[in-house]
Amino acid sequence: MPDLSALYQEVILDHNRRPRNFAVLEGADHQSEGFNPLCGDRVTVYVKLKGSVVVDVSFQGSGCAISMASASIMTESLKGKKLEEVEALFKRFHQLVTGKLDSEDHFEPDLGKLVVFEGISRYPVRVKCATLTWHALRAALEKRNEVVSTE
Amino acid sequence: MSFSTTARNHRRRVSGGLNPGRIRRDFPILSRKVHGKPLAYLDNAATSQKPQQVIDAVSRYYSRTNANIQRGVHLLSVRATDAYEATRERVQRFVNATRAEEIVFVRSTTEGINLVAQTAGRSLLNPGDEVIVSQMEHHSNIVPWQMLCQEKGARLRVIPVSGQGEMLLDEYEKLLNPRTRIVAVTHVSNVLGTINPVRKMVEMAHGHGALVLLDGAQAAPHLKVDVQELDCDFYCFSGHKVYGPTGIGILYGKWKHLESMPPYQGGGEMIRSVSFEKTTYNEPPHKFEGGTPNIAGVVALAAALDYLENLGLDRIEAYENELLEYATSRLSQVPGLRLIGTAPSKAAVLSFVLDEIHPHDMGTILDLEGVAIRTGHHCAQPLMDYYGLPATARASLAFYNTREEIDAMCRGLRKVIEVFE
Repeated sequence: MPDLSALYQEVILDHNRRPRNFAVLEGADHQSEGFNPLCGDRVTVYVKLKGSVVVDVSFQGSGCAISMASASIMTESLKGKKLEEVEALFKRFHQLVTGKLDSEDHFEPDLGKLVVFEGISRYPVRVKCATLTWHALRAALEKRNEVVSTE
Repeated sequence: MSFSTTARNHRRRVSGGLNPGRIRRDFPILSRKVHGKPLAYLDNAATSQKPQQVIDAVSRYYSRTNANIQRGVHLLSVRATDAYEATRERVQRFVNATRAEEIVFVRSTTEGINLVAQTAGRSLLNPGDEVIVSQMEHHSNIVPWQMLCQEKGARLRVIPVSGQGEMLLDEYEKLLNPRTRIVAVTHVSNVLGTINPVRKMVEMAHGHGALVLLDGAQAAPHLKVDVQELDCDFYCFSGHKVYGPTGIGILYGKWKHLESMPPYQGGGEMIRSVSFEKTTYNEPPHKFEGGTPNIAGVVALAAALDYLENLGLDRIEAYENELLEYATSRLSQVPGLRLIGTAPSKAAVLSFVLDEIHPHDMGTILDLEGVAIRTGHHCAQPLMDYYGLPATARASLAFYNTREEIDAMCRGLRKVIEVFE
């Protein structure tokens, strides 16, 4: 039987209770909205770039604990990263939550705190919750202006 | 408590005239475990489980009878046709239609509604005409009408509901006018459980010359439906929600409407004769049944209806009402829980939210406890918007559910609260 505490880790519960960088970002030059029609999760991601470096990132919205914590931890993980590092981190995060992380391909880039989402891979229906904000982020960076849907 | 003890207790406690312990043995899936816990299946409004009698009917049909229907001269085709048409008569008795030809087999409730919208609806509506639905409709009783109204330049109007989840009849009365052509409302709400006063609503619509379609998907499994008494023009429901197979829907239509309606899909069976110059159409119901239908599904539906009527819909209703009352009181004791939909007249559907905890998280944690509920918008986004909620958790009960399963859900919810404390 899957272990409940592997999914709802303390770090996740903490970020759900007190999401970090939860605000409209003044002077953001990229923003995009993500919507998960399955559960009604809705997030808006704001990004400020300097050249190709993320200098600030924030989000607002509402949703389940997994989507809120994922958004919160994502914002913490991105500051100071170059765009290609952001993309590499997303790919690795996606592998993590879908259970496709290649153990041979170690530690690049370092997932850091994002590893708390490892448990998601045992709950395929919740993968969308964990990746919603990331999809919105990528849409924001690509300057796509529409609402990104997980469906 | 192990399931066998639970079952024994139930054999002793014959409730509402039903014996859930004995009934549960007819449903093989109910004895399985999920995540190592006994399954408490509380998602019956999404689909119901099937008794062995229905499973056997599907298997027997394919093992003994399978052939295409209507035009075969060989024995199997005759037998398959007989079984298919006998189910039509079975459904006629189930909803008390005047004649078997008023029963059309479709794929789903959704297809039944689309059929009426695209045939009767399309011929009736002119620019400026109006179609009335309600705030508590399932998307499948909104979107087909919205599409039709857009096509025809007609107007879709919406009956509001009260905070408790009741249809506001005064507001409905104000919406009815000489431009009203069709009223399409749900008999029982899939989110709130509200049993709507549809008999009265039909009468009010008829007073203004409008036709009425009732979405009976959530009503047919729980209460006796009598289309003559309701006097509705159309009534739709789903086989899989009345303990039958998936892929079968039933559309009842008054004969006079079915006769005058244009066909739905072109194809075999729905024609009388075809030439490249002109095709003449078959009589109802065959006019609406182009293409080889889900014959096994229809045949097994008869077994499901037999099963339901052997138990007795009045006894089912009484038992489910007892369970509803028990579940309402138990859920109300869960700290921070708010029930959505508290109309006095309700079927056994309980939507609820917990302070600060998203329904999706509840659903995952309950699943690990073996408790299957639904979370989300339940294909009723306009209703969710009205209540200002992105989603609810929903437990929907059937006659095979027990008080012990409701207790398991409430224990699970307390665990949810613990995790998020």
